[in-house]
Amino acid sequence: MIITSHRLQENENITFPDTKEISPLKKLINSQSIRIENLDVYIENQHILKDVNLIIPEKKITCIIGPSGCGKSTFLKTLNRMHDETPEVKISGKIFVDDENIYDNRVNIIDTRKKMGLLAQRPCPLPMSIFDNVAYGPRIHGMKKKKTINQTVIQYLQYVGLWDEVRDRVRTSATRLSIGQQQRLCLARGLAIEPEYILGDEATSALDPLSTKKIEELFVKLKEKYTIILVTHTLRQAKRIADYIIFMYLGKIIEAGPTEEFFSNPKKQLTREYLSGSFS
Amino acid sequence: MKYLEEKILKIIMICAAVIILAVLLFIISTVFYRGLPALSLDMVTKLPGGGFYLGKEGGVLNAIVGSIYIIVGSLVISIFISVPLVLYINFYLPAKSVFSSVIRFSLDILFGIPSIVYGAFGFSLMIYLGLRASLLGGILAVGMLIMPIMMRSFDEITRLLSRDLPDALLSLGSTKYEMAKVILRQLMPGLVTAILLAIGRGVGDAATVLFTAGYTDNIPSSLNQPAATLPLSIFFQLGSPVEEVQNRAYASAIILTVIILILSFGARYFSSKFSKNKI
Repeated sequence: MIITSHRLQENENITFPDTKEISPLKKLINSQSIRIENLDVYIENQHILKDVNLIIPEKKITCIIGPSGCGKSTFLKTLNRMHDETPEVKISGKIFVDDENIYDNRVNIIDTRKKMGLLAQRPCPLPMSIFDNVAYGPRIHGMKKKKTINQTVIQYLQYVGLWDEVRDRVRTSATRLSIGQQQRLCLARGLAIEPEYILGDEATSALDPLSTKKIEELFVKLKEKYTIILVTHTLRQAKRIADYIIFMYLGKIIEAGPTEEFFSNPKKQLTREYLSGSFS
Repeated sequence: MKYLEEKILKIIMICAAVIILAVLLFIISTVFYRGLPALSLDMVTKLPGGGFYLGKEGGVLNAIVGSIYIIVGSLVISIFISVPLVLYINFYLPAKSVFSSVIRFSLDILFGIPSIVYGAFGFSLMIYLGLRASLLGGILAVGMLIMPIMMRSFDEITRLLSRDLPDALLSLGSTKYEMAKVILRQLMPGLVTAILLAIGRGVGDAATVLFTAGYTDNIPSSLNQPAATLPLSIFFQLGSPVEEVQNRAYASAIILTVIILILSFGARYFSSKFSKNKI
């Protein structure tokens, strides 16, 4: 607590339990949507993710927590193959999405990304109108009819609660929206490509409390239809909205389990220390 | 002490601003003072009468048209080469690619080569190919001159773009080409700035076109014919012993300045209009 680095070094000596054993979610969940087997990720010879074995439950919110630099975002990026853009990253292992290994050579990378809607840390509206932002995804994936595009855009803008706020100016630039509105627009844009999964990389960390609340409420609403995986820095947020928690530390999964159990009765010493704020 | 520091720095900055403005004002007033009396409607609408060197009749229409032909042609060439290359080294190649640093380094060298070298190189190339001084030669030589300028300034602006936009586009399932199209839209103001820089350099350069485009009293009607340019027309007229012809050089300089101004404002106008409607 006083000298964090000292603590971290000390923790490194702790022998990690066999990660195979830490797929406790396996016992709890019948339906499985994403299955990760022996995932290792190296960035320029640095071992970032170490033998990750995991099952992500379907139509639930799974929050990944852990101190900065533990590999949370790297993990999220492996799921929509964004690491393919950087040749320094080496990935081994298997990730099954709907029983198909997305790192198989036969799998089309565009299809994988279409399945995974990503909500980034900072909203990044495309340089076009509000309408075109939402319409962009459907258009590049082959939607042509004006009427269907119109319907889709209105439907998703309504879904994220933005339609009433912007209905008079959907043809104006998206960059003029407030940052909270922009993030909801990005969510609508992601949903418009009809993904099956939603990945959120600290999606609320740049937002004010009110916008954060709106996004969180949307996530809870969305889990009826989508499997949601969120990386978050705020434990309180994880407590509020998550169904399952995954705790990562130095590239390994330390503990995973249902939210209530995880917070009330953590099994590992490291988890207890993290939750009590000994290191962050 | 701190106060004094602040004061001195402020004086230096104000001085710098005043010097810049004074120099600009001095140049423009000299050009206008000597050129304005010689400037007439004939200057911009007529071809030179009785030769450009000694003639006091007619105008410099041949040079105006020639300059516009050459700059438009060379812009087309350099845009078609630099835009794809900048997109390629920024978004297709990995961040630490050897190829992209080689490209950037060679562009920096090309950037620093004096324009007379481009002219001489273009000339020797034309001799090798058996071409005469012509509009095409001028376009190619000026194209070579302005390409590194355009590419390097466009590249700098492109590198400032954060990774967020490409990542957002890719995670929506765009292909690289679809991504590049949207990014180009975002970069449009930067591209316009790069084009303006290139125009400024290209349209006013005399050394490149001296050997490659040649000079003529007529307006070229095909790519094989020689073309006159405003900088060369200023150069030749200034060399004349007749004072009226020398003053005509200043009038040509006014025309050249106005052309550059019109191009700049035009490009700014279109870029702002574009960004209002589409972006």
